[in-house]
Amino acid sequence: MTVHTPEQLAHEQRRYLQVFAWLVVLTAVELAVIYPHISSLAKGLMLVVLAATKAALVALFFMHLAVEKRTLAYIALTPAILCVLLVFALLPDLGAFTRALTHATPVAAEAHE
Amino acid sequence: MSQAAVAEHDLGIEPAESPLTPESWGKLGMWVFLAADAMSFGGLLAGYGALRYGDPTWPVPKDILGVQLTAFMTFLLICSSVTMVEALAAIRQGDQRGLRRFLMLTVMGGMTFLGLQAFEWTKLNLHEGQSIVRNNFGATFFILTGFHGCHVFGGVTYLSAVLGRSVRGVAGAVVTAAVAVACTLGLIVVTSATLSGLVAVIAAAAGAGVVLLTANLLAGGTPVYDAHNNNEVEIAALYWHFVDLIWILVFTFVYLI
Repeated sequence: MTVHTPEQLAHEQRRYLQVFAWLVVLTAVELAVIYPHISSLAKGLMLVVLAATKAALVALFFMHLAVEKRTLAYIALTPAILCVLLVFALLPDLGAFTRALTHATPVAAEAHE
Repeated sequence: MSQAAVAEHDLGIEPAESPLTPESWGKLGMWVFLAADAMSFGGLLAGYGALRYGDPTWPVPKDILGVQLTAFMTFLLICSSVTMVEALAAIRQGDQRGLRRFLMLTVMGGMTFLGLQAFEWTKLNLHEGQSIVRNNFGATFFILTGFHGCHVFGGVTYLSAVLGRSVRGVAGAVVTAAVAVACTLGLIVVTSATLSGLVAVIAAAAGAGVVLLTANLLAGGTPVYDAHNNNEVEIAALYWHFVDLIWILVFTFVYLI
């Protein structure tokens, strides 16, 4: 078990409060982003980047990945990579529900025949 | 055997077997569990995206969902993550009272979150007519936030068990966790019945107080955790921060986008 010196603990505590402040600021920015009339794509991209930054801050500092052994970081990265693959795997199905509702596209028409 | 290995052997610590051998097997186990759990959320979020994409009937979330309330809930979970790191910092300095106090505050944050979620769900269901069977919006909303809510419930129970264990081993853990479950269920029922956010906040404060009181009543023996032995607290903290991390994503994808 790692033993922490008082100096290390004081340094860690300052770091935790900094991360807390950043998380609050980024949440406020997220809320500010949703109200102006800008394109939904730009809005979505900004929100995804902000959320990913917040998630990374929590994982790196609160969950100590920044100072842990690499093995744990690889374990943490695995689901992130698999989820990106999952989204690509779902790409052909995107909009399938809408197509089934409207029967407006050739894919839906073929299925209908 | 080298001098360091002899010293480790004397302390009862497993010697390093390979570069992949973790500092703590418990921590490695928790990370593997969290990675698997993250895939569950990943699957639900990806399914939500596939259903939502291109659907013209999908409502704008912020028109239906109370974004201000959930922003406050997000703030609460971030605060509870900070009280969790403070709990770990306290026990790393051997501060038993600090550990108990900060664990209680973390449990209070989780309970308040659950109370406000009960308030939100009841309001959406009774006043807005949203339900899990009405449409895909309702189905994905209730399943995603419900699955996360179950994790918060699990976290509140887990942290209460750690609080109980810190004062009286396994028996303390079981009793304190049982008290936490009863208080949480009670606060969910009371909040849904009164449909008041204020009641949720008060009931959560009372519930966390009862959990701390239970732990204090059980105290008396040798404390389980100290400045050198606090691995279990760190592992519990990992779970709690993960719940916070997932909420950050759910909040963005379900409420904001």
